[in-house]
Amino acid sequence: MGETLYLLEIVKGLGVTMGHLLRNIVRQENIPTIEYPEVRRVMPPRFRGLHRLMKRPDGSPRCVACFCCSTACPAVCITIVAGESPDPKVEKYPVRFDIDMLRCIFCGLCVEACPCDAIRMDTGWFTPPENTREKLIYTIDMLLEK
Amino acid sequence: MSGLFDLAVAVARIAIMLIFCLTFVVVLTWAERKGAAYMQDRRGPNRAKILGLTLGGIFHPLADAIKFLFKEDFIPDHVHRLFYQMAPMFALAPALMTIAVIPFGPPVTIAGKTIPLQIADLNVGILYVFAMSGLTVYGVILAGWASNSKYPLLGGLRSSAQMISYEVSLGLSIIGVVMVFRSVKLSQIVASQGDLLWGIVPQWGVVVQPLGFILFLVALYAEANRTPFDLPEGESEIVAGFHTEYGSFKFSMFMMAEYFHLVVGSLLVATLFFGGWQFPYLASSGFVLPGGFSIGLPGAVVLLLRIGALFAKVVFFAWLFIWVRWTIPRFRYDQVMRLGWKVMLPLSLLNIFATGIALLLVA
Repeated sequence: MGETLYLLEIVKGLGVTMGHLLRNIVRQENIPTIEYPEVRRVMPPRFRGLHRLMKRPDGSPRCVACFCCSTACPAVCITIVAGESPDPKVEKYPVRFDIDMLRCIFCGLCVEACPCDAIRMDTGWFTPPENTREKLIYTIDMLLEK
Repeated sequence: MSGLFDLAVAVARIAIMLIFCLTFVVVLTWAERKGAAYMQDRRGPNRAKILGLTLGGIFHPLADAIKFLFKEDFIPDHVHRLFYQMAPMFALAPALMTIAVIPFGPPVTIAGKTIPLQIADLNVGILYVFAMSGLTVYGVILAGWASNSKYPLLGGLRSSAQMISYEVSLGLSIIGVVMVFRSVKLSQIVASQGDLLWGIVPQWGVVVQPLGFILFLVALYAEANRTPFDLPEGESEIVAGFHTEYGSFKFSMFMMAEYFHLVVGSLLVATLFFGGWQFPYLASSGFVLPGGFSIGLPGAVVLLLRIGALFAKVVFFAWLFIWVRWTIPRFRYDQVMRLGWKVMLPLSLLNIFATGIALLLVA
């Protein structure tokens, strides 16, 4: 009877929508929307995000340019140029260490492959948008900063 | 001198009414977006800032207007140029003209002259409203035809069929009101609604014509192309319907026309069925309650209360339009036609018949 008349059901439906409206006006913090640039979604602790390169206590990169990560990388996005390290205890260091974020598939194999724990993916954030491709090739300085 | 005074009054009334309605349209676009957002557990517009203030996104309509004004006024190659440019005007102009006969307050006396707070107190009142609102369908059909593309044409066709079907019920549902109040003049209808029925209930249209009110409201939603009858612009089926090919300010004119219909519709419901500017139990000397109670009030306060009453009714009905839009899904096309011809039309005829019998018995 109620459904054949239709109008009563409409009134019930109006009650539902008004309930949502009032609830959301009174308790704004319960709205599930995340206001992105100001508030960021908290990623789970094991989320594989943007890479960062670790530093030694003296500030030089921990990476020894062994090419394990670039060998393991299935997307071939890591470019390393090795140079002789000024430190006598360290054999090599990366002169260039570029990650092409447009090619990276965030598989985490580079992190698994690294023998010195020099590369990690624990920044908890994904690739931000950019307006040129060049800006998405992250250089060693950018990776050390993260 | 007297001619100049009349002219000033006429211009002032038109200006006040138009500015009120256009401002209301602007606020409504905001209310629609914000209300929709809260009903759907979202936040809605809250980014546009002036001096660091967002005020719940109230500046977004302003930002929209600026955006529309500065967009390229693009005319696609395949359209009929004259009709394409005429269509938005045909959509907006009749909607603007409809407000001319709606009384927004009781007549006031200034410097010994009685001034009706109504742009034009035509003796054909309601008929003028229907004549004008009947014209709006041309805007939609012209837009659909001139765009010379599939979806706008479908939207235009749907809308013409829908508006013509519901115009019948819309007109017939009013007949009851006209019969009860014995006038098609809107000022007279509003004045009659100030009387009390059996000395207790205000004689509003909704009290004496409950079925007529429901029929009118439903037909009004269909006439204004609002959900659940917004098939002419059904996004999921025909892109944006009749205004698919429109951009920049021409699109904005269609938008404004839609919201203007909403305002005019709310004004009409308030005027015909909810007593217009009548405040319950408020006579021109002050409150007169059924028990013989009375509270005297100065004339200016009564005037403000009455205009405020109309304003409150209009706000409520405009909000009801928005509220219903975000509650009910769109009808299927055959359902719209079935409802229009097989339910609304017989019911409105029945309403006229019942009203006639009731009036005969009372008299």
